[in-house]
Parts: sequence; structure tokens; C-alpha cells
Amino acid sequence: MKLNELTIAQALEGLKKKQFSSVELTKACIAQIKKHNREINAFITVCEEGALEQAKKTDNLASKGDAFRGKIPLLGIPIALKDLFSTKGIKTTAGSKVLENYMPPYDATVVEKLKAAGAVIIGKTNLDAWGHGSSGENSDFGPTKNPWNKAYVPGGSSSGSAAAVATDMCLGATGTDTGGSIRTPASFCNVVGLKPTYGRVSRYGIIAMASSLDSIGHLTKTVEDAALLLNVTAGNDSHDATTPIKEVTDYTKKIKDGIKGIKIGLPKEYNVKAKIDSSDIKIFQDLGAEIIDISLPHTEYAVACYYIIQPAEVSSNLARYDGIRYGSERQNFGEEAKRRIMLGTYTLSAGYYDAYYKKAMQVRTLIREDFIKAYKKVDVILAPVSPTAPWQLGTKADDPLKMYLSDIYTVTANLAGIPSLAVPCGFSKEGLPIGMQILGPQFSEETLFKIGYFYQETTGWHKQKPVMRVKKENG
Amino acid sequence: MKINVKDVAKLANLPLSPLEEEKFEKQLSDILSYVEKLNEVDTADVKETSQVTGLKNISRDDSTSSSLSQDETLANTKNKPNGLFKVKAVFEE
Repeated sequence: MKLNELTIAQALEGLKKKQFSSVELTKACIAQIKKHNREINAFITVCEEGALEQAKKTDNLASKGDAFRGKIPLLGIPIALKDLFSTKGIKTTAGSKVLENYMPPYDATVVEKLKAAGAVIIGKTNLDAWGHGSSGENSDFGPTKNPWNKAYVPGGSSSGSAAAVATDMCLGATGTDTGGSIRTPASFCNVVGLKPTYGRVSRYGIIAMASSLDSIGHLTKTVEDAALLLNVTAGNDSHDATTPIKEVTDYTKKIKDGIKGIKIGLPKEYNVKAKIDSSDIKIFQDLGAEIIDISLPHTEYAVACYYIIQPAEVSSNLARYDGIRYGSERQNFGEEAKRRIMLGTYTLSAGYYDAYYKKAMQVRTLIREDFIKAYKKVDVILAPVSPTAPWQLGTKADDPLKMYLSDIYTVTANLAGIPSLAVPCGFSKEGLPIGMQILGPQFSEETLFKIGYFYQETTGWHKQKPVMRVKKENG
Repeated sequence: MKINVKDVAKLANLPLSPLEEEKFEKQLSDILSYVEKLNEVDTADVKETSQVTGLKNISRDDSTSSSLSQDETLANTKNKPNGLFKVKAVFEE
């Protein structure tokens, strides 16, 4: 096994036993990026020099002994960051030409925390510009390709992060999820994606999309790795007033406790039984979980509600890009950003506010109440991530509404502010990955990890990797 | 058509090409027709949800701390006469 193919947990173990150094681990990831990034387009910026320098530093720290390690839980681990995360002195583009040359003067809180935890920042990953998209095709720097079949989309908007983790270009990667942007690409690339509870992880320094919906999470090779990263990123931040002062537990502690007695709800509106294999549901029952049919009656209004609230907040957040203090002129926004700015400006304008925005905020209350009621009966809800398997590049690009409708199963978690863990659950007949999500009440991440871990260990879907071939140049 | 693209673009300070204007008029009207689906929902006594944390009046100590330097703040702009941002005139002479 090559070093870059290790999980975070495995690499931490190997580093601790001095089987290899962080420099060797980082070099293995960079070699993999050099080999495959040209065809996959997962990275916008690769920080080769900076990463190796950082890795050398962590190797020096590691030589100071194990007592040190407890305080630096990710010591020496190469992590990629979605290019929405501000990184001091590393170009941060948001996938948009507007910020093509933007060099942030400070680190996002999450970046600060990852660095303090010893992580090595290996590069900045591609995305739908500003996070606007479900397929990865809206990047102003070209679409990311699905590593399982390069004619297909990898899912978006955290497209580069998903493809980079799936192809072992890094050990884990950060993402943002405003309406499914972590869970969809995780599912389409066969990796694990965590969208935490709104407010669990600080948004400070992460380029804002829709501020009442943005959740900061990550994509990893295993559920255990997702817990390890949340241990570092979660918690209150005085720079983000939506992060409660709430204890961050060690999310790995109860991960192997089993799922006996856990009540799992299947919402009839999500078509779960048609989308998720009955054998998967039986897996949960066999280990003592109880399956209960539930209803989330306002599901059919979720996409309409989301595509009023989200563009409204987008239009307000993108108003700051005036080309004066940083970034270029507003005509450099790509087509999707322009569409959302227009839509949001319209629904917030005088005379239309009540009919659209206010109405959507009221429907949001009903969607949220659906979940609160459901969680009185069940501990978690099981649902598909995407209504379809990955589609071919270009097939939805000219029909924005069709693209928006692919978010039907993911936007609800953002509207309700609840956490969701996406795990690989098999392959389509074309051989493309499919994922399912486990949704819990606010701050139930520990339970989600327990269920996800158990499912992952039983099925092993996450262990399947895309076959990567390198095309010969001049050949 | 539901939306006057030219007016909205002006409100949004967003320069659009004639081609974009035409394309967006159709696409945005389709999207608006779809989201009007919400009119089917009775929301007569329903409160609005603008945030989901339940947190209220979050404040911090009124104390000073370090911030970005003038050079750092100006690092991403091309036009910085005398260490200031240069903007278009707001008032006519």
C-alpha cells in the first residue's frame, strides 16, 4: 500500500510508530496529484513547497516525543482545503475569476485550528464557483471529473475535495455544505461526507454563500476519519456568533459502541425503499436497530423554499464584491453566480419580499418542525443523497431548474440546521458510486458516526477505489 | 415574463450582456414559476425562521485586540494612492 492511500487513522498510527515521516507521506500525496490532477482537475492550487516545509516542521515536532502528540491530534497529516477557505498567503479563488488573484491576509478559523493540530495544507481544491452547483461544472477553472468515469460529474460543489480524497491525493479534505455540497460529491465519488449541525463549526474566514445555511464540514475515506477531523474543527468561535458554547466531545469515543436499540426512520416522501437496497435496511435490523416508517410532509416544498432563501442570501453576500478592495469587476462573475444574484435581488426587492422571501421563511419553519416531530419517534433518519446516480458532464448544464431539483434530498438538512453523514452504499449499473445519508437532530453527530461506522464496517463499500490510468503524452 | 431583467440587474449593480439578459429572462421566469409552488402551503399563523441556532443577543467583551495592518488591508487592491482605497466619486463637484 502506498502512503497516500492510508486513512488518517492509519497514517497517525504509522507516524507514531515512526514507520514513515510526514515528509514521505506528503511527498506521496504530491506525487499522486502530479500524476492525475491534469485529467481530474481536483486542485486549483497545489502548495508543494509550503506543504513540504510544514511537513518537515511536524517531523521535528514529532521527534520531541509522544507526550506532545495528544495536543497535536493531526500531526503530519496532509489535508486539502476547498478553495473557499481563506488561507494566509495562499491564493483563495472561490472557483471564480473574480478572485483569481486574491491572496487572503488571514486564515479562516478552521484553517487555524487544522494548522494548530499539526495538519499539512497540501493545496486548494476546485469547486463550483462560490459553492453554486450540484455537479462541479460551474467552476470558472474548468469542471472536476469523476474519477470513476471521467465522462461523468463528480458532484458539487465540493467537487475537487471529493475527487482528491477518492483518488488518494490527500488524506482528507474540507468542504462546505449549503444545500448538499459535501454530501452529493461524497456520494458521487464513493467517500464519506459530513455536514455538521449548523453552528457546530465556525464559518469565520470561509467565503460566505448563504449565511443561514452554510455548514462547514469535510470529506474523508472513512467515518472514523470524519470524527477525527470534527474533533479539531468543532467548537465556539468568538468571530462567528452562530457557534454555541457547547462542549466538543471526543467524537471517536463511542464510535464502536454498536447500534442496538437505535430507532431509524424512513420518510415516505424520500422514496427510501426505492432508492436504498432492502438488504441495507436489513443490515441495520440484524444488529438490533428498529426501522420505523415516518413522514416529513413538507418535503415537496423544500427545493422551492431553498431556491428562494439561498439566492436571496447569495445576492446579499456577493454584493461586497465591488472590485475596489479586492477581486475584479462584477462582470467577471460566472453565469450561475449572476443568475443567483439576479434571483435573490428580485425576491428581496420592494413589493416582492412578502410573496417570496417571507413566505419561504415561513415554509422553512414548517420543514424544520417536520424534523422536530419526526425525532420524537426516531433517533435518526435514513435517506438517499441524490435522486439519481452521477450524470454525464453537460447534460444538465443548460437547464438550471433541472440542476436545482437534484438537491431535493439534501436541502432539507440545511433548512432545518441538522447534521447529516453521507456514506457510500453501492454502485449504479454504470459502475458509478451511490451514497446514502443518516440525518439526526441538532448536535447528534456522535450518533451519526456510530451508525455510519457500523454500516461501513459491515458493507466495506468505502474500500472500493476508482482505477486510475495515466494517459501517455505524445503517445 | 415575470421579471424585468434590466431593472433587477441595475438594482444588483450587475452588468449583463444582451445575450445574458435574454437567457436569464426565460430561465429566471421558469424558476420563479416553480418556486411559486409555495403558495399551495397555508402559512397563515406560521412564524418565520431566519436562523436555526436558537441563540440570542450574542455579544463579546468591549475590548480591543490586534487587527490587520494598513499594508495587509491594501494588499489586494491595485489603486491605493497615499495608502488609501480609491473609489469613484460619489458626489458631483
